[in-house]
Amino acid sequence: MLELYYLTAHELHDLLVKKEISAEEICRAVFDRIDAVEDKIKAYVTLTRDKAFARAREIDRKIAAGEEVPPLAGIPVAIKDNMCTCGVRTTCSSKILYNFVPPYNATVVEKLEAAGTVMMGKTNMDEFAMGSSTENSGFFVTANPWDPDRVPGGSSGGSAAAVAAGEAITALGSDTGGSIRQPAAFCGVVGLKPTYGAVSRYGLVAFASSLDQIGPFTRDVTDCALMLNAICGHDPLDSTSAPRDIPDFTSYLRNDVKGLKIGVPREYMGEGIDPAVKEIIGQAIKLLASLGAEIDETTLPHSRYALPTYYLIAPAEASSNLARYDGVRYGYRAEDARDVVDMFMKTRSQGFGPEVKRRIMLGTYALSAGYYDAYYLKALKVRTLIKQDFDRAFEKFDVLLAPTAPSPAFKRGEKTGDPLQMYMSDICTLAVNLAGIPGISIPAGFVDGLPVGMQLIGKPFGEGTLLRVAYTFEQHTDYHRRRPSL
Amino acid sequence: MTEYETIIGLEVHVELKTKSKIFCPSTTEFGGDPNTHVCPVCLGLPGVLPVLNKKVLEYAIRAALALNCEIAEYSKFDRKNYYYPDLPKNYQISQYDLPLARNGFLNIEVNGQTKRIGITRIHMEEDAGKLIHQGTIATSPYSLVDYNRTGVPLIEIVSEPDMRSPEEARAYLEKLKAIIQYTGVSDCKMEEGSLRCDANVSVRPRGSREFGTKTEIKNMNSFKALQRALAYEVERQIAVLQEGGRIVQETRTWDENKGVTLPMRSKEEAHDYRYFPEPDLVPLVIDRRWVEEIRATLPELPDERRNRYIKRYDLPAYDATVLTATKEMADYFEECVALYPNAKAVSNWMMGDLSRLLNAHNMDITQCKVSPRQLTDMLKLMDKGTISGKIAKTVFEEMFATGKDPEQIVQEKGLVQITDEGAIAAVVEEVLAGNAKVVEDYLKGKDRAFGFLVGQVMKATRGKANPELVNRLLKEKLHSS
Repeated sequence: MLELYYLTAHELHDLLVKKEISAEEICRAVFDRIDAVEDKIKAYVTLTRDKAFARAREIDRKIAAGEEVPPLAGIPVAIKDNMCTCGVRTTCSSKILYNFVPPYNATVVEKLEAAGTVMMGKTNMDEFAMGSSTENSGFFVTANPWDPDRVPGGSSGGSAAAVAAGEAITALGSDTGGSIRQPAAFCGVVGLKPTYGAVSRYGLVAFASSLDQIGPFTRDVTDCALMLNAICGHDPLDSTSAPRDIPDFTSYLRNDVKGLKIGVPREYMGEGIDPAVKEIIGQAIKLLASLGAEIDETTLPHSRYALPTYYLIAPAEASSNLARYDGVRYGYRAEDARDVVDMFMKTRSQGFGPEVKRRIMLGTYALSAGYYDAYYLKALKVRTLIKQDFDRAFEKFDVLLAPTAPSPAFKRGEKTGDPLQMYMSDICTLAVNLAGIPGISIPAGFVDGLPVGMQLIGKPFGEGTLLRVAYTFEQHTDYHRRRPSL
Repeated sequence: MTEYETIIGLEVHVELKTKSKIFCPSTTEFGGDPNTHVCPVCLGLPGVLPVLNKKVLEYAIRAALALNCEIAEYSKFDRKNYYYPDLPKNYQISQYDLPLARNGFLNIEVNGQTKRIGITRIHMEEDAGKLIHQGTIATSPYSLVDYNRTGVPLIEIVSEPDMRSPEEARAYLEKLKAIIQYTGVSDCKMEEGSLRCDANVSVRPRGSREFGTKTEIKNMNSFKALQRALAYEVERQIAVLQEGGRIVQETRTWDENKGVTLPMRSKEEAHDYRYFPEPDLVPLVIDRRWVEEIRATLPELPDERRNRYIKRYDLPAYDATVLTATKEMADYFEECVALYPNAKAVSNWMMGDLSRLLNAHNMDITQCKVSPRQLTDMLKLMDKGTISGKIAKTVFEEMFATGKDPEQIVQEKGLVQITDEGAIAAVVEEVLAGNAKVVEDYLKGKDRAFGFLVGQVMKATRGKANPELVNRLLKEKLHSS
């Protein structure tokens, strides 16, 4: 048997209800693992050890009292540090929020607490979720557990690395342009970005409000369904959350893809995609076809505009969302300011990192008088075209299949000098956020010991079908069972 | 010399008196210790999201309908981006290109004529907080900020440039205030800031069709200030033009103490607000049936009420206009008329002594200690002859000061009118006996002498003698002697 810290949530749940282990033992096993590898991985910005043990013991008391506990009770989770945690500092890996302690929980944090999970701590990320490698953290760089010289992906790199390295059993990330799926692919775990509106954004520190969505990192598809069950649902505190009933996502975990129509957009299998990645995706397609899926090529003609569209809309919203970090009320405040304007300027100059500043400038420019129509408004129109591409594809197909990222994890420092190269690593994921639809990345193979992810894209609120295809694939492969040796 | 025409348009902000704020559950109550009426949402803490208070939408629609506007079927919120420490998110959630309502109007009275002033648009937005300084902003060593007001719901009402004088602008603002107050969606208290007004002013040679360059005037905190500021600004602009100068497009602030407008920022320094659709809120699709339901609950508005007063109570137009200028005044009037049917007598007292005393004490009618019942009781005492009109004035002043019932005042002060003919006749005899010379003058034809004798009788009775009786008895005695 694997070490406790490398099991899945549903495996641990079985052991818990059989009383073979306690929640406290699970908690200890994971913190021992953290103590052993965290120096190398640096997945966490903040650890909440005392709270975690107190919580684990509370779950144990319930089990001892004969209470029936929910499937995620006692399961160690890591939370990306852009989700507010009451009484626990929430930094967005930014110097400007280095001391911010929210007086409230994000809705997802409340929901996970209701589901009985045990929070281990808050994970490292690209500052304000702006980046694809977690190298833009204002604090330190997180390592990829499969190769510490490589990046874990981003922006939710800390959460992905924590799950991959056994420093958490599951985790939450946020995905604005690929920030869950791409690090899931790089770290060899399952990561799902739900439909926009499926999960409440209340308490998620906003990067780009119309694109941000919270989702889970897990070791397999079953855990992913359990996490979705815990976090989805309408929230009266988020006007953009969808007022609809949520299904039991585990009901979609069927080893069966017969007759499902899967489209492969040719734009995601062409230029710019590493041949080794293409090879792995090709094998995955063959496997699914052999299992009875009907697979055909399709096209998303406007997908080449996804990147420029994204880099107008997301920075525009960010330039406004990040305006509140001015040193007046909370967070970092520059010393020795002459007056209020000087305080604003010094605080923001010193508090934000270079990528955040670059995007604030981009967004401010795109919204400025005289440029709005040419940039922001045009981008909104292209966004509609991109969405229509998907609508058309989904008239024919149940699911679309593509690589999650054009390459496996790249080396630390490899792309930091060239922002455009860095942006390109989200080329397969951006359009999904612009369309507001769900996408999942699952382990699909390895290249030179590095995991490669396969992305499945679904119709709005079609998470169930994604889980079904992913689960079937998982039943016929063992990539999700591999663990890095650290 | 060129004659100039004045063009004025007003932008009015009205605070809606919903219980909670526009996007969060915090209270909207005025006052309170600094930063106690706040929550994570109105403080704009990281990660929070706004949720529209439906009551705000209802109130805004109510106000818009009362101002004869068309309500949009589809509307949305936008972010207005600018940095200021009283604005916790450094953007204000407002409405830009798809406001809630458009194309309204209200009527004002100008020299006895009705004039229609157009309303371009009405939109909803959140209020900002307040900066507090030691002394003035320029000399204070620090700024403190109070976010209690942050997120209080506002509507902004933008007029057409239809006003042609500061008097018209004032009449528009007064009428706007009356209408909004009638709908019950705001207190419209300028002194508490629940009614705020900025003005766009320009002048042009009479007969010209193009608008002149305009300035925007801010910081006018009363109706009087509005009128004074506009009068000053119009004169300033005309003087500049007459000296061959040009008007600079700029924002100017009214200095109440100096009585002048001063430059604040030029067009070049104007903000680029970088409006874009608020992604945290969904667009509004406004149900027509709901709008009609709201319309059906609108109360009688000032114009209708005024017309009813003319018809039903047979009041002069002037009286009807003054009495309906505020809802409170009109409500008071109607309470009185329900107790005492002589509407003109009620109107005379309200527009006369009551208004005079309110003005003198800088009070409004809601603060008046005299209840409608007390006022009409006093009128009834006059009708019964218990007190004379002259005594009534004294009684009313006492009522106004103490809130006591008129009967009680009359008793305590011994102000009951003397109507006993014998008693007055005795006084008349005394006065005639003690003023033989004056009696002689009168009999010789000096009419003024009669007035003196009346005065002497009243003096002797401390004003309480029934004047008609005094007149009659004096004449009888004089002519019989």
